[in-house]
Amino acid sequence: MFLGRVVGCVWATAKNPQMEGMRFLVVQPLTPELRETGKRLICADAAGAGAGELIYWVRGREACFPFLPKEVAADATIVGIVDEVNVTRPVDGEVRQDADPASAPHRRNTRKTR
Amino acid sequence: MLIARVIGELVSTQKHSSHEGRKLLLVQPVNLDGSNRGDAVVALDAVDAGVGDRVLLSTDGYAASSAVGRPQSPIDMAVIGFIDEVEVLPGVA
Repeated sequence: MFLGRVVGCVWATAKNPQMEGMRFLVVQPLTPELRETGKRLICADAAGAGAGELIYWVRGREACFPFLPKEVAADATIVGIVDEVNVTRPVDGEVRQDADPASAPHRRNTRKTR
Repeated sequence: MLIARVIGELVSTQKHSSHEGRKLLLVQPVNLDGSNRGDAVVALDAVDAGVGDRVLLSTDGYAASSAVGRPQSPIDMAVIGFIDEVEVLPGVA
């Protein structure tokens, strides 16, 4: 699974009939320090995520499992909403109680209302 | 499978039901020399690992979900073991 943030929404009126009623969101992958990494992608939503929310998503064959018994053609799906990220990057095997302000160990999700 | 280091944890309340009762770990895949190998990922914990541990990370969905004991659940990465030691044969690698 990967960390990400919901940055947009996709509407598709004509789609595979199995995908009727599903939500598709634009996701920006993030590092644990919540910096953007990689390109944005479209994920199906199985967690009820909203705009601006911190989420984690799953890729590959497993992405269609939340929608079973429907066999949907999803290859990336949001499976959870992240409340909190606790990061402590260890250095040389030691757990660092963090000096770097750019990777503050405790971050909360901020939900933007639409 | 990859060698990885646990660098943190995620807290999530609203998530897929099959993820409940298992820790969500932030793990950073590493190379043999200990340098970072790409970005950190989120993995479900199958062995009760904690921050700072060097672990074995399975990046295949079938392996990960069977390690966690939840088949047909949306899990594509799992921490499936601790690494005590890695020995690379000299002259081979």
